[in-house]
Amino acid sequence: MYYDPLHILLADDDDDDRLFFKEAIEEVKVKTVVAMVNDGVELMEYLYRLDIHLPDLLFLDLNMPRKSGMECLQEIRSSNRFKDLVIAIYSTSGLEKDIEETFVRGANIYIKKPNDFEVLKTLLSKVVTINWRYHTLDFNKENFLLYVQ
Amino acid sequence: MELKGTVPTARYAELEISLKRYGIEIIDNPKSILVQKIKDAIVEMTYLQETLPISNNLAYLADKLNKTYHNLAETFVEITSISIQSYLIYQRIERTKQEIIEGKLNITQIAWKLKYSSVAHLSNEFKKITGLTPTGFQRIMKTRKKTELNH
Repeated sequence: MYYDPLHILLADDDDDDRLFFKEAIEEVKVKTVVAMVNDGVELMEYLYRLDIHLPDLLFLDLNMPRKSGMECLQEIRSSNRFKDLVIAIYSTSGLEKDIEETFVRGANIYIKKPNDFEVLKTLLSKVVTINWRYHTLDFNKENFLLYVQ
Repeated sequence: MELKGTVPTARYAELEISLKRYGIEIIDNPKSILVQKIKDAIVEMTYLQETLPISNNLAYLADKLNKTYHNLAETFVEITSISIQSYLIYQRIERTKQEIIEGKLNITQIAWKLKYSSVAHLSNEFKKITGLTPTGFQRIMKTRKKTELNH
């Protein structure tokens, strides 16, 4: 069976993090198409465009200028347009209450940003692969919660 | 479902499009059909009261579908990219989540119902797959529901 590539969108204001992410994703075995935005305002503008392929999986940094990741998360989850969008919070925070709050507000995945590039590759590979499985095996996306560190 | 005779390509394409509107996909190659049968059998197994422990599930599937386990395993991995064992575990976790959300049974009862060897076994598998404890998952889903109701 032929599967479409997984469309990934990264929202992160840090140049280095965006570069590491891109390099790490390239090594993942699942076929992906990656787009990037620099902050929360750009993110929401991008998501509402009519000429793009809506992402399957959004990696959302919590600490962004202009509009925070949390604000974006709430906005996205309040719209029916994005009901199939899987959201992975991609953050430096490891506080349990932050993690739980993002899940409560509708995030599906929480990834604590690692300092090590190899670890990042492993984590991203795990997240993308599991997400791709949920995508292709038709499991319930609403109950899909995953915490990786 | 079987068609009575051969259908011209154009009409078949029309049928495919019409069914897709209802979220129905046509699977017409023998391997994909077998994979769907395996999945259906697994879903049935996770819902059955008399579910066998995982080590016997493979023999059960082979028996039920009248194929060798090797044949089933090979086809399944070819079409889905995961092993039957992994799919079984995922299904059981999905079922565990549903029971937790439903809230009628406690964790011990859920472990018993889904034929885990112990509560620890359930918790370990749950944490391995989701990264969260069953209690953590329950707390999040309860809070989610409460937050949704307040809007």
